[in-house]
Amino acid sequence: MENREQTVAVIRNIFPEGAGVEELPGGEMQAFRVDRRVLPELARHLKNDPALDFKLLLDVCGVDYPGRDERFEVVYHAASLERGQRIRLRVPVREDDLVVPSVYGVWRAADWFEREAFDMFGIRFEGHPNLKRILCHQAFQGHALRKDYDPGQRWLLREAEQDDMPAWAKEHPEDADHFETQVLNLGPSHPATHGTLRMVVRLDGEIITKAEVEIGYLHRCFEKMAESHTWNQVIPYTDRLNYCSAMMNGVGYALAVENMLGVSAPPRAQTIRLILSELSRIMDHIVDIGANLNDLGAMTPFLYMYEAREEIYSLLEACCGSRLTMSYVRIGGLSHDVPHDFADSVRYLLKRIPTLIGDMETLITENRIFRDRTEGIGRLSAEDAVDWGWTGPCLRACGVAYDVRKAYPYLGYETYDFKVPVSHAGDTYGRYLVRVEEIKQSLALVEQALGRLEPGPVIVDDHNVALPPKEKVYTEMESLIWHFKLIMEGMKVPAGEGYGFSEGANGELGYYIVSDGGGKPYRIKVRPPCFAIFQAYPHMLEGNTVSDAVAMLGSFNVIAGELDR
Amino acid sequence: MMTRDVVVCDPKPLGTLQRFYLVEVAKGLAVTLRHFLGNLFARKYTVTVEWPEVKREYSERLRGRHILLARPDGSPRCVACYMCEEACPAECIHIEAEEDPASPTIEYEKRPKVFTIDLLRCVYCGFCVDACPKEAIVMSRTHEMAFAGRAEAVVGLDQLLQKGPYEQLDLGYRPYYGAPRSRIELPIPVRASQPPR
Repeated sequence: MENREQTVAVIRNIFPEGAGVEELPGGEMQAFRVDRRVLPELARHLKNDPALDFKLLLDVCGVDYPGRDERFEVVYHAASLERGQRIRLRVPVREDDLVVPSVYGVWRAADWFEREAFDMFGIRFEGHPNLKRILCHQAFQGHALRKDYDPGQRWLLREAEQDDMPAWAKEHPEDADHFETQVLNLGPSHPATHGTLRMVVRLDGEIITKAEVEIGYLHRCFEKMAESHTWNQVIPYTDRLNYCSAMMNGVGYALAVENMLGVSAPPRAQTIRLILSELSRIMDHIVDIGANLNDLGAMTPFLYMYEAREEIYSLLEACCGSRLTMSYVRIGGLSHDVPHDFADSVRYLLKRIPTLIGDMETLITENRIFRDRTEGIGRLSAEDAVDWGWTGPCLRACGVAYDVRKAYPYLGYETYDFKVPVSHAGDTYGRYLVRVEEIKQSLALVEQALGRLEPGPVIVDDHNVALPPKEKVYTEMESLIWHFKLIMEGMKVPAGEGYGFSEGANGELGYYIVSDGGGKPYRIKVRPPCFAIFQAYPHMLEGNTVSDAVAMLGSFNVIAGELDR
Repeated sequence: MMTRDVVVCDPKPLGTLQRFYLVEVAKGLAVTLRHFLGNLFARKYTVTVEWPEVKREYSERLRGRHILLARPDGSPRCVACYMCEEACPAECIHIEAEEDPASPTIEYEKRPKVFTIDLLRCVYCGFCVDACPKEAIVMSRTHEMAFAGRAEAVVGLDQLLQKGPYEQLDLGYRPYYGAPRSRIELPIPVRASQPPR
C-alpha cells in the first residue's frame, strides 16, 4: 500500500492533476489511465526514476471496446523488481487516429509486443523500428483480434503473395575485401529450430552480421478462440501453449480466473497442482537441456533423461487420462482426485530422477568440450536481460534473483523450503547450470508437498463455479439444473480486469484477462515468457558464428506453441 | 521483488584434470559403458518397448475413442440433450434429436437421430464425458486410430454405440464416483498384445 502511495506521489510530482495521467480506483494492481501524448515521457520516468524503478516491461497488448468513443486501449504492464511493485498503464486511442508513440526507445521489451498489438488490432506505434506483422502472414487483411473480425474467417496465403525475405536480405552489399556476404535462411523446419521458427542471417564468412527472426508458423488464434468459448473451455487450449509443461499453463490460467472470481481451490487441489507443476517444470528443463545438448552433438544425455520424462508423463496420464494435453485443471480445483497410489508413484520418481540427473551431470557438467562450446556464448548482462523483458531461468542465469514463486507466492509456495538458483555467468553454460539446479529444487519441493497431501475435496463446492458431483446430477433435479446452466452459459466472472501470473518453466507466464461479466472471456492476453526471451535473440546473434547460434537457441527453450499461440 | 534465498551456481574454474580433456571423457565413457553393458546382459536400462508387438499399459483413465453406452435393450442411453455438444471446446460433436416413439416411459422422450463425432477434430479433453448427465458417453482406451480420409473420421451412431457387454469394453475415462479406480505402477508394466513369434 505504501508503495502505491509512493508511486502516485512521485508521478504527481512530474505530471500534476490534468496533465494526462490519472489513477484508476480499485483493482488488484495499481492502474493509470494515460494520455498517449505524455506516454513516452511517463515511460522514461517510470524506468529511470529510482523512486519508481519500473525496469521490467512485462506486456503490451491491445483491447477492443467497439461501443466506446475511444475504441481501442493499449495496456502496458510493468514491474519493479527492487520495490516489488507492479503497475498497469491504459492508453485509450480513437479508431480514426490509431497511433500511439512507441516505448521501444525506453524498454526494448516492447519490440515484439508492440508488433503483435499492431498485427492484431492495427494500432500503429510511432517510432517503432520494424513495425510489421508478427503472428499473421504479411498478406493478411484486417486485424484478427478486433471484435468485428469473424472468428470463422480463413485467410490463406497464396504463393505469389509471399514476401519471405526482409528488405536488407535482398541487397547484396560487398564488404571491404570485395567479397559478397551471404544470406542464409534457417528454418522454418530446421532441426535446430525447436519448432517452426525461421531465421534469416547475413553471413560474413562464418560470422553473422545481421539477423532477423520470423515467427507465427504455429499461430493457432488462442486468444481469438478464447473469446468464443466459456471460461472452462479455454483450459484445453492452454495445454497447447507450452506443451512441454502443459500442466503449468492450466494452473496459471485457473489461478488468474479464480482471483477474479474470488474463490480458491481446496488445499488438496493446491498441493496436487503444486506437485504436478513442479514435475512439469522438471520435464520442461529436461527437454530444454536434452535438446540443447542434442543440438551440440551430445545425444546420450538426451536419451537417458527422457526416461524421467516418460515416467512423469505416465504419472500425469494416470491422474487425468492424457499424457501431453492434460486438461486436468478446472477453475476452482481439479477435474477429479488423483489415483490412490499416486504418492507411491511420486516417491518412485523422486528416487529415480536424481540418478538420471547424476548420470547426465557426470557426462556433461565438467566436460571441457561442452564448456568450450557454451561458456561465453550468448552472454547478456543483467541490465540488458531486464530491459528485454526476460524472466525465469534465463534471467536468473544473468544474476537477477527474481522468481514469481518467491516474490508473489501462490499455491502456498511461501510455506515451502526451497532456494532460487542464480548464476552470474549470463551465458549458455550458466543457463544450463541454473536449470540443473532448478530440477533439484523442484524435487525438494515435490518431496515436501507429498508429505502435506491431506485427504479432502479437490474442487470447490460452489455450483456457480464447479460442476456438481455426478451422483447428484444423476439423482437431484437442482444439481441437474446447475449442471446444465454451467455448461450452457458458463460461469459468470465479475466484470473487470485482472493480470494473473505464475512462474512457468520459462519464466513469468501472465494472463491479462478482461471480463464483461458474461460466461465467456471478453479478452485474454497471454504473456508468454519465451516471446520476450526470443525477441532478444536476433540482436544477440550479431558477431556470433552459426554454430554458436544453435547453441544459444537451445538454451532459451523456445517453445513455438507458446511463442505463436 | 528480488529474493535473497538463493543458491549460487556459478561455473567453477576448470581444474587441471578437467583441462586435460581425457579424464572427463573417460568418466563419461564409464557411464555410457555401464549403461551399455547393463543393457547387453540384463536389459537393465532399456526403457523402450518393441511397439506394436509389446505395448505399455495405460491407466483406466486414458482418454481414447468415445463409446456411446447402450441400455439393456440395445438402444443408446443418450437422450439427445446436447450437453456434450455444448461442452465440446473443439465443436466436433453433432447431434440431431428426434422423438422416441418406442419409449415405454416418460423418462426417455428423445433420442439421437444423428450423433456424429469428428475424431480428427476432437482434442480428447473428456469434457463431453464430464458434461453427460446420463453417463451415455464415455471414453475407451482405444487410442490408435487410423483413417483413409477425413470423411471416414466422422463416426456416427453405428460406430460409436457400445458393442458387446459392458465388462468387456476396454473402458477409459468415465465418471468417477467413490474411490478412483485407476491403478498406476511405475515404471509402467508392458503387456504383449499378441504372443511374440
